[in-house]
Amino acid sequence: MSLNDSGYKNQQFNQRYQKMYEQVKPKPPLVQNLVGAFVVGGLICTVGQVFQNYFLAMNLSVKSASAMTTAVMIFLGALFTGLGVYDELGRRAGAGSTVPITGFANSIVAPAMEFKREGYVLGVGAKLFVIAGPVIVYGLLTSVVTGFIYWLIH
Amino acid sequence: MQAYIMAFLVGGLICVVGQLLMDLTSLTPAHILVLFVVLGGILSAVGLYQPLVDIGGAGATVPLPGFGHTLVSSTFEEINNSGFLGIFSGALKGAAVGITVAVVFGFTMAVLFNPKG
Repeated sequence: MSLNDSGYKNQQFNQRYQKMYEQVKPKPPLVQNLVGAFVVGGLICTVGQVFQNYFLAMNLSVKSASAMTTAVMIFLGALFTGLGVYDELGRRAGAGSTVPITGFANSIVAPAMEFKREGYVLGVGAKLFVIAGPVIVYGLLTSVVTGFIYWLIH
Repeated sequence: MQAYIMAFLVGGLICVVGQLLMDLTSLTPAHILVLFVVLGGILSAVGLYQPLVDIGGAGATVPLPGFGHTLVSSTFEEINNSGFLGIFSGALKGAAVGITVAVVFGFTMAVLFNPKG
């Protein structure tokens, strides 16, 4: 009886605590986050455009120039993640640093680095794909499904 | 100069959509990356992503939907060139540089550096 009683009190306390927490919990400053994401994401893409124009000026085709730009951006995202700069940026920029391809590189390096102590196969090798894996899986599924429909129509 | 401004605007707006999803839903960054690649692929398939690339340049190709666009547009191109087999060969052909570079430099940086703190 007394055990049940204290259990009930506990539950009541938890509910009251939850309610209080909801009231005082800081709301994410939405506008500030949106501006941060816009500016940082925009700037990263502008850097991409600088490389794109540079490679186009070297007489590469649009396709090759895009591939080279992607390669450089991935390299930079991986390097700055290693240096510890990219996650610092992410704390301020949110999606502005996650959504560009540099964020994809970040999602590869960060967990691989974190789990290095678990070895080079199950640590680095496996954790490289914690986020990149799902992205590639669903990306390929999308391209095969849309490709099949395209093939049927044409 | 205009190319840089358009890249900034289009790239920035795509990231704003991501930020809205992050703040207003319970989707994690991983979910948003997957969602954006799939969305980019679907928009590409219905012919809506290429115009965005024409307008925004790197502003449309650098964000993750651009990766979806690469996968789907190169699949379609392969289907035009080699028929049925293209359904399965196109995407990775188009994304070969990106995926290989990501694995090689991702591995290298993870080995060279240690996490802060």
